[in-house]
Amino acid sequence: MIRIFAFAFVMLAALPVRAATDIQVVTSPGGVTAWLVQEPSIPMVAFQFSFRGGASQDAPAKLGATNLMVGLLEEGAGDVSATAFAERADELGARFRFNTGRDSVSITASMLTSNLAESVALLRLALVEPAFDDVAFERVRGQVNSGLRSDETDPRSIAGKAVQAMTFPDHAYGRPTDGTLETVAALTPDDMRIAHRAALGRNNVKIGVVGDITPEALGLLLDELLSEMPDDIVDIVPDVTPVLDAGITAIDFDTPQSVVIFSQPGLKRDDPDYLAAFVLNHIFGGRSSTARLNEEVREKRGLTYGISSFLLPYQHAALYMGQFNSGNDTVAEAVGIVQAEWAKVAETGVTAEELDVAKRYLTGAYPLRFDGNAEIAGILAGLQVVQLPISYIVERNDLVNAVTLEEINRVAARLYQPEHLRFVVVGQPEGLVAE
Amino acid sequence: MRSIFGLALAATICGPMASAQQVPVTSYMLENGMEVVVIEDHRAPIVTHMVWYRVGAADEPVGKSGIAHFLEHLMFKGTATVPDGQFSPIVEANGGDDNAFTSQDYTAYYQQVAVDRLPLMMEMEADRMRGLILDDADMLTELDVVLEERALRTDSDPGALFGEQRDAAQFLNHPYGTPVIGWPDEVNALTLQDALDFYGVFYAPNNAILVVAGDVQPEDVLALAEQHYGPLKPSEGISKRMRPQEPPQRAARRLVYNDPRVASPYVIRSYLAPNRQAGDQTQAAALSLLADVLGGGGITSLLGQRLQIEEDIALASGAFYSGLSYDPDTFGMYVVPKPGISLEAAEARMDATLEYFLKTGVDPARLARSKASILASEIYAMDSQSGLARRYGAALTSGLTVADVAAWPDILQAVTEADILAAAQDVLDIRRSVTGYLMGEKETGQ
Repeated sequence: MIRIFAFAFVMLAALPVRAATDIQVVTSPGGVTAWLVQEPSIPMVAFQFSFRGGASQDAPAKLGATNLMVGLLEEGAGDVSATAFAERADELGARFRFNTGRDSVSITASMLTSNLAESVALLRLALVEPAFDDVAFERVRGQVNSGLRSDETDPRSIAGKAVQAMTFPDHAYGRPTDGTLETVAALTPDDMRIAHRAALGRNNVKIGVVGDITPEALGLLLDELLSEMPDDIVDIVPDVTPVLDAGITAIDFDTPQSVVIFSQPGLKRDDPDYLAAFVLNHIFGGRSSTARLNEEVREKRGLTYGISSFLLPYQHAALYMGQFNSGNDTVAEAVGIVQAEWAKVAETGVTAEELDVAKRYLTGAYPLRFDGNAEIAGILAGLQVVQLPISYIVERNDLVNAVTLEEINRVAARLYQPEHLRFVVVGQPEGLVAE
Repeated sequence: MRSIFGLALAATICGPMASAQQVPVTSYMLENGMEVVVIEDHRAPIVTHMVWYRVGAADEPVGKSGIAHFLEHLMFKGTATVPDGQFSPIVEANGGDDNAFTSQDYTAYYQQVAVDRLPLMMEMEADRMRGLILDDADMLTELDVVLEERALRTDSDPGALFGEQRDAAQFLNHPYGTPVIGWPDEVNALTLQDALDFYGVFYAPNNAILVVAGDVQPEDVLALAEQHYGPLKPSEGISKRMRPQEPPQRAARRLVYNDPRVASPYVIRSYLAPNRQAGDQTQAAALSLLADVLGGGGITSLLGQRLQIEEDIALASGAFYSGLSYDPDTFGMYVVPKPGISLEAAEARMDATLEYFLKTGVDPARLARSKASILASEIYAMDSQSGLARRYGAALTSGLTVADVAAWPDILQAVTEADILAAAQDVLDIRRSVTGYLMGEKETGQ
C-alpha cells in the first residue's frame, strides 16, 4: 500500500502535449485562415469546420430549417445525385459528417492523402452546390420526422426540451434545434436555400486540420472549398439571461426509471472565472470517481448508474447543468442529495486536498485528449470558436495549476445558486414534491 | 525477480509482424500463460494499457446470469494493497482515465495514461488479478448500481428489450441467448460468494491477455510484463471454453414486441451464421462483404438503393454481421418502413430484395466500392490507439490469433463475387432465422 501511494503522489512531470509546439496558422491565398498540425505518419487528413450560427438562427416559424438543410448537404449536389454522391465518397474512402448544433454547423471530414484533391472536390459540391431537390427533400424530411416522433416518447429528450423551454422563454435557445412536427411539415426546398445562404460562409468558419499535408497545399484546398461562399454571415441571436427558479418540475411518463436533468445559470466561456469553475465542477460533479455527486449518489448509496454535472456555455447565454437516471422509488432521495450537496458547496466550497487531486488529474489527462488526428482537428477548431489564443494548449496546465483555494471558493459562492437550481424529472417518481 | 534475459529466452516471441496497415505489432507469451500484445504508436507520449480476460457472460454458470458483468464492477472495490475503492482515484491522481467492459466473450479493463505511468498501471492491474477483497456492504451497494444500469440500458429502451427477446429466441441452447447484464431476478439474487467463485476460477494470467498500445518499445513492455504479471500463479481451473452449442435450427421463429414507447416500428431478421475461425476466416470475410453490399453503406447498398430510393418505402435499412465472437453468432438485416407502410409489407420488400440478390448476384461495382471503403477504414483505424488495442483484445478473446488479425484486411480484399453469393446461399436460409417486429401500441397494427 505504502509503495503504491508513494508512487501515486509523485507530482506529474509536465507532459509535452503533442500538438503544442506544432500548430501552424495557415492563411490561404484567398484569405481563409486555418490551424494546422502536420502529421505525416498516417496517409490521411482530418478536417473540422465549425460555422458559427447553427439552429439558433431559425425563425420561430421555420424551426428545424438549418437542421434539415444540413441533413441534405450530401443528398445530391451540382449534377451529382444523392446516390452518386454516396458512391463517390465510398470509392474515395472519404468520410463526411454533418452536424447541426445550437450555435454552429460543424462538418467533420477524413480524407486519404492519395486522393485528397478528388475528395475535396466532392466536399465542395456538398457545401457550395447542394441541390435540395424535391425527392431528397421529402426523403430526409421523413427521417427527421421519424426522429421527432421518437423524441416524443424518449424521456431524456422530453426532459431536455422542457428544461430549454422553461429556461429561455421567447428566445431561440428555448426552442428545439431540429424543430417540431408542425414546423418541419411547413418547410420547403426554398427554405433550405435560404437557410444554406445564412449558415455557411467564409467569414463565420473556424477550421482545424491535422494530417499529411503541407501548409501550401492546404491553402489551395481551403480556397477551393470556401472561396465561393458568402462573407457576410451574421449571428442574429441576441444575448439572453436564463430564467430558472429553485424547485422540481415533474412530467409524468410511464417508465421504470426516472430521468432527471438539473440546471441553473452558468458562466460564459469568456468569464474570468470560467477556468476556476471548470476545476470546481470536476471536483463536484465531473467524470471523476471521487467527484462529490458520484461519491454520494452512486458509490455510497447505489441510487444511479451515473451522475454528472457540466458547464454549458452557449454563445449568448450560459447554463450549469447535470443529469442522472434513478429508479422511480429512489429518485426522490437522489434529488434531495443533489440539493443538499449544492447548498453545501455554495456555503463551504471545496478542500485543499480536493483541489490538489483535481489539478493532478486535469493536468495529467489533458494530453490524453490529443488522441488522434481527428480529435486534434476538433480541438483546434474548438479553441478558435471560443477565441482562445494558439498558445493556450501550452499554457493551459499552468493556468489550472495557478487556481488557488481562495479563488476557487470565491467562485463556488458565485457559481452555485441553490435558489436557482431547477430539477426536471420525467417518469413516475414516488414521494417527490413538485413545485 | 527474474532477469530480463531469462525471461526473453523463456518467452515465445513471434513478432514484430507488420499487418497490412503497417502498424507494428509484437506478441509474446509469458511463462505463466499470459499473452502479451504490443502495438506501437509513437505519435504522442501516451499509452493504452488493457487486460482482457477470456471470460464473458456466455461462460457464466446456469442461473447466475450477470455475474461476469457484476464482477467487472466489483473489481474496482479493492485489494490489500489498494483498498477502499482507491483504484480509479489513483489512476486519476496520475492523470489517467480508466474503465472496463464486459461482453458475451470477454471482460476487459483499461487505463489510458502518460507513458511513464505504465509500470504503476501494471502493478495495480496485476495486483487485482489475484488479490481482490470484497465485503457485503460493497456488494449490496454495487448490486443496486448494476440494477440501475440495467434499468438505464435495457428497461428504458424498447429496442434493447426487443433485442433481448430476439436473442433469447435465436439461441435455444447457447448462452448467447442470455443478456450480458443478466435477467433481473437472477441479478438480484447474486451473492458475494458467486462473485468470488467466478473470480477465483477465471481471473488468472493463463486466462488473460495484456494489450499495450502507445509510445512504447516491445522489449520494454515485455520486461515490465514479466516483472508485474510474471510472478502471478496460473489458475488450474482454466480449460478450453466449452459452451452448450446451438442444435440445428429447423423452423423459422417469429416474434412481435409491442411497446407504447416505440415511435418508429421496424422489422429485423437474424440468421445463425459462422464466425471468424483461427486460420480460416474466408467465409466470415465473405459474410462481412455480403453485409456491406446488401445493407452497409446507407443508400448505396442494395437494400438502401431499392427500398429507400427506388421503391421509397423505407426510412432506413441495413444489414449487419460482426463475425467476431467465440462461438457462431448471427447475420442480420432490418427495414424501418415509412409511416403508412406496414411491417408485413416492409418484410415482403426485404424478402423480394434478397430474392433478387440471390438470383442476380453481386454487382461488381458495388463490391469494388465496398473494398475501397474497407481499405480506407484500415487507414483511419490507425488514427485510434485505443481502437487498435480493442481490435486485438476482442479478436484474441474470440479465439483468433495476432496473425489472424493481421491477415484479415487482405482476406477481405480477396473475396470474390462468387464467394459472397455462396455465403449468402449458405446462410440466408429462412428456416434458420428469427424475424421480429417492434411496434407501438397493439392497435396500431396496420
